[in-house]
Amino acid sequence: MTIIMKPRTLFQKVWDEHVVVEEPDRPAVLYIDLHLIHEVTSPQAFTGLRERGIGVRRPDKTIATMDHSTPTLPKALWVIDDQAKAQLGQLERNCKDFGIELYALGDSRNGIVHVIGPERGFTQPGKTIVCGDSHTSTHGAFGALAFGIGTSEVEHVLATQCLLQRKAKTLEVRVEGQLMPGVTAKDIILALCSKIGTGGGTGYVIEFTGSAIRALDMEGRMTVCNMSIEAGARAGMIGPDETTFAYLRGRDRVPQAADWDAAVERWTQLCTDEGAVFDKTVVIDANKLEPMITYGTNPGMGMQISDPMPTTARFEDASQRAAFEKAMGYMDLQPGQRLLGKKIDVVFIGSCTNSRISDLRMAAGVFSGRKVAQGVRTLVVPGSHDIKKQAEAEGLDQIFQEAGAEWREPGCSMCIAMNGDNLEPGQYAVSTSNRNFEGRQGKGGRTFLASPLTAAASAVKGEVTDPRSLLLS
Amino acid sequence: MAKFTRLTSYAVPLPEENVDTDQIIPARFLKVTDKHGLGDSLFCDWRYLKDGSNNPDFVLNEPASQGAQILLAGNNFGSGSSREHAPWALVGWGFRAIISTGFADIFQSNSLKNGLLPVQVSESVYKALMEAVQLDRSTEITIDLQTQTVTALDGLETTFPIDAFSKHCLLEGIDQLGYLLSFDDQISHHEQQRT
Repeated sequence: MTIIMKPRTLFQKVWDEHVVVEEPDRPAVLYIDLHLIHEVTSPQAFTGLRERGIGVRRPDKTIATMDHSTPTLPKALWVIDDQAKAQLGQLERNCKDFGIELYALGDSRNGIVHVIGPERGFTQPGKTIVCGDSHTSTHGAFGALAFGIGTSEVEHVLATQCLLQRKAKTLEVRVEGQLMPGVTAKDIILALCSKIGTGGGTGYVIEFTGSAIRALDMEGRMTVCNMSIEAGARAGMIGPDETTFAYLRGRDRVPQAADWDAAVERWTQLCTDEGAVFDKTVVIDANKLEPMITYGTNPGMGMQISDPMPTTARFEDASQRAAFEKAMGYMDLQPGQRLLGKKIDVVFIGSCTNSRISDLRMAAGVFSGRKVAQGVRTLVVPGSHDIKKQAEAEGLDQIFQEAGAEWREPGCSMCIAMNGDNLEPGQYAVSTSNRNFEGRQGKGGRTFLASPLTAAASAVKGEVTDPRSLLLS
Repeated sequence: MAKFTRLTSYAVPLPEENVDTDQIIPARFLKVTDKHGLGDSLFCDWRYLKDGSNNPDFVLNEPASQGAQILLAGNNFGSGSSREHAPWALVGWGFRAIISTGFADIFQSNSLKNGLLPVQVSESVYKALMEAVQLDRSTEITIDLQTQTVTALDGLETTFPIDAFSKHCLLEGIDQLGYLLSFDDQISHHEQQRT
């Protein structure tokens, strides 16, 4: 007898595997395989547990790190304000009391939560992964269903290892073709954000497909999935393949020996079946992509770097026009003009979007034999201690420092500006991070989001620069 | 969680799109270990001037806004960061409901767990309400969760969507973790099957 299964998407397969209870008119009870926690969004959840007198159901499936408010200067120069100190101390106490593995500040395995999860092999295809952090979507690059949750839900997962979830719709983002030199994963996702807007993916889980996605290394795939949330989608996924398995093989927490082969066999099934239907599809032509940059105050306000900014007249809808005008006011930019050549004050290379080794190699390739322009402050912040060590083994730190950039300790740093790394009011920055919201990188600061290549090229020129002008020269 | 049944209040108009959670509460206020007391930091960078005094041009500081329990805001409200500090700050200030044409997923989920009702209305209803509220700040809006209706002005009445489970939890003031804990046996069974 042959059982004919209805073709399923990758999302549907992972969802089906994890449903504990599904009843009509109720959200499903969804099992969570990996719960990542950090200092900022977990304290109130532990307080909740204590008030109820309940424990953590599966501390063995919970991993903690300190990253958001941690200093990125060497230990001798650490300045941690009292509030951050209290929060870090509370995470340490909570992990001790409830038996949770913690990669504390100073631990050689510490780093940004969305960097160390994959790096240590916790992140695996087919897992459900959550964290009180919207960039949890990063882990979907491995074919996991990974999404950000609020602190109430952090408490739910700590208590029950489950979440109440309504099934999302599916959005295929198909990226076909070949990226031109100077165009990277970051440009793909910025192009998607500007195409569908920051609310375009609301209610959907994205699956990225197509030859340009297949051609990306795991770091590039993580960059793409990381910013799914900036297009409104809680999760972005990519079906696992040989690139995925090659990245994971031999990492700390992946199955070893015979178990590895069985795991790969299982993971290979995690693809969207032929004939499976997505609720919606968006197509991007990779051949036509150029380096992207944002000009406004949300990640959807982006354009090809050589384009002029939109004119006010381009916005027919009154509220969209008002939003554009407000953004132009905050950024102190003139509609219709070009950003190329705009003087900048700061360059930030880092964050869970672009702080991995291949990001640093790209930036170093631009900095090699060049100097950061006078008056530009450039921070290079690796995503983890492992990455820092690897970069130093390759001599990248030397390239950055000889160019005049600051080579920092790992952390979220100037992406969220909670640790003292921040823009001053009015400053312009080209940043490889994920959010250009008002004040995101420091009160009054102005952010242009771009790739590591564009950021490094802009640091060298002291102005917004098309990286291809340096790569080709 | 506080019950939500029926609310009649005047509203604070914030006709902006894509208000992200970094604007609702900037990251520097996330170093707290408590969820209370965040109302003073709500919309901080819009609300206060450099010297810390109230920005008289920001709507929340207008006398007509004081005591309002409804925020009327532009499309895609609450985008960006998953910080639950955003609904905590909104509730801390005194809001019980937000009317918009659309909400970001995580913000919506967080709000529903804090007795803060996201009310999604059509573009035309949003425009009518915004116009009326901006014209007369004492315009009262009634939100009835049981019937899932918004009523205002002379004869404006519309329904809004909410899933049956969230509605039940809000109406009864039920906390979702209690419900989730009741599945202990099924969760154990699932764990045994998968190992």
